[in-house]
Amino acid sequence: MEKTPENASQAAAAPLKLFGSWASSYTHRVQLALRLKGLEFAYAEEDLGNKSGELLRLNPVYKKVPVLVHGGRALPESVIILQYLDDAWPETRPLLPADAFDRALARFWCHFADDKLGPAVGAVFASTGEDQEAAVRQVHENLALIEAELRDGAFRGRRFFGGDDVGLLDVVLGCGSYWLAVFEEVTGVRLVDADAFPLFHSWLHDFEALDEVRETIPAIDRLLEYARGVRHMLLGLAGAGDAAASSTTATPTEAPAAAAPPAPAADIAVDI
Amino acid sequence: MAGEKKGLHLLDFWVSPFGQRCRIALAEKNLAYEPLEQDLSNKSDLLLRANPVHKKIPVFLHDGRPICESLAILHYLDEAFPETPALLPSDAHARAHARLWADYADRKVFECGTRLWRLKEGGEPQAQARREMVEALRTLEAELGDKAYLAGEAFGFLDLAVVPFTAWFLAYERLGEFSVEEVCPRLVAWARRCGERESVARSLHPPEKVYEFVGYLKNKYGDK
Repeated sequence: MEKTPENASQAAAAPLKLFGSWASSYTHRVQLALRLKGLEFAYAEEDLGNKSGELLRLNPVYKKVPVLVHGGRALPESVIILQYLDDAWPETRPLLPADAFDRALARFWCHFADDKLGPAVGAVFASTGEDQEAAVRQVHENLALIEAELRDGAFRGRRFFGGDDVGLLDVVLGCGSYWLAVFEEVTGVRLVDADAFPLFHSWLHDFEALDEVRETIPAIDRLLEYARGVRHMLLGLAGAGDAAASSTTATPTEAPAAAAPPAPAADIAVDI
Repeated sequence: MAGEKKGLHLLDFWVSPFGQRCRIALAEKNLAYEPLEQDLSNKSDLLLRANPVHKKIPVFLHDGRPICESLAILHYLDEAFPETPALLPSDAHARAHARLWADYADRKVFECGTRLWRLKEGGEPQAQARREMVEALRTLEAELGDKAYLAGEAFGFLDLAVVPFTAWFLAYERLGEFSVEEVCPRLVAWARRCGERESVARSLHPPEKVYEFVGYLKNKYGDK
C-alpha cells in the first residue's frame, strides 16, 4: 500500500505500549516484530489469572493479550497487530513480502498456523492416552504439510519463510514452535523429529539463533516449569467437565483444549 | 500452477458466504472472471490441485496461480489490481479495524451459526450456541453504532466481508428461536442498505433459499 504522510508522522509521534504475558507466544510475536523493526515500546505484564481492568477496557471483545496501544487506540490479535506495524511504519523492515502472491501465501500459512497447527499442538498438551496419540498424528500431518512447502513448494530453497530474512510467517510460526521442544519434554511425546521434518527442524534452529529471537523468547527452564504446571492443571481438570472453560489461566497456546466444545463445528467438511 | 488457463477464475459454491465475498469484490472492481461452480460432494481435480491443504472453496486463480481463503483473496485483489477501486482503506488503523472485525464475524457469527444447525435442538450445547450468536450479533450492532456502514460513511472491505452472513440471519433466527430484528435492528437496516448495492444484490441468495440449504445440511450432517 502507498506510504501516506499522515501515517508516517502519526507513527513517529505517538508512543507504543504493549500489554502481554511473559509466557504467551502471541505476545512474543509482537515483541519480536517490534524489535525486528527497531521500534521502541513500553511493556506491561498482565497476570492472566487476574486480568487488569485496563486490559479488559482495551480489549473488551476478546479480553486477551497481546494488545498494542498506539496513539490512544488499542489493537488486539497478534497477526492483525503485525500487519498494522507494516502499514503504520512502511519505512521499517517489512514483515510481509512485496509480491502480492507471496503475501497471499504468507497470510494463508499464518492462518494455518493459528487455525490448525496451534490447536493440534494444544490438544497434545491437554490430553493423554489414545486422545493424545490422535492429536500427535494431527500435529505430524500439519508439520508434514509445512515440510512439503519447504521441500518442493512455495518456500523451496529458502532459509526462512520470508526468504533470506525472517518475515511475518517466521514470526508467527516461530513464536509458538519453541513450545514443541518444551511439550516434548513435559509430555514425553515426540513432536518434531529431525529425521521426519529436517527442513522445519533446521528452520527452527536458525530462527531461534537470531539475536532478536533470543531476546524475546524466555529461558527454557522458565518455560518448562510453566508448562509442567499447566499440564498438571489441565490433566486435573480433564475429568471435571467444563470447569476449564471458565478458567482465565491461559495455557501456552491460550486455548485449553480440554475446554473445547464437542466436535468443533469448524472441522466439519461443509466447505461453504 | 494449479490451472493452465490465463485470466481470472473463481472456484466457488453458490451459497458460500466466503465465495460471495469474492464475487462482490470482483464486481466492485469491475474485474471480468470466469465463475467455476464446484461440486463439493465430488471435488474436481482442479480444486484438489488448487487447494490441496484444505480442499475448500473459494479459490481465486490468477493466470492459473491459486489464492486460497476469502480474506486473503480480497487483499490480493487490492494488491494485484491497484488500478481498481480499493476495498481496504488506506489508513493503517482503519485497515486493522477492518481486518479485526472481518475476523470477528468469521470466528463468532459463522462459527456459532454452524453449531446452531449442527447441534441437537433443545440440548444445552445448542442453547449455548444460540446465546453466543445473540451476543455476537449484539457486539456487531454496537460496533456499527450510528454509522451508515461498518466501514464508516461508505461501503468498504468490512461491509463486503460481513454482508454475506446476513443472508443466513433468517436461518439463524429460526434455528435459535430468536428475532434478529429485535437483537440487532441497526444491523438489519445496514444489511438492507448494503443489499441495494448492485454488487451485493447480484451475489447474495434469498434468505429462504439459504434456509432451505441449511435444512439440507442439518439432515445430512447434523447431530441426531
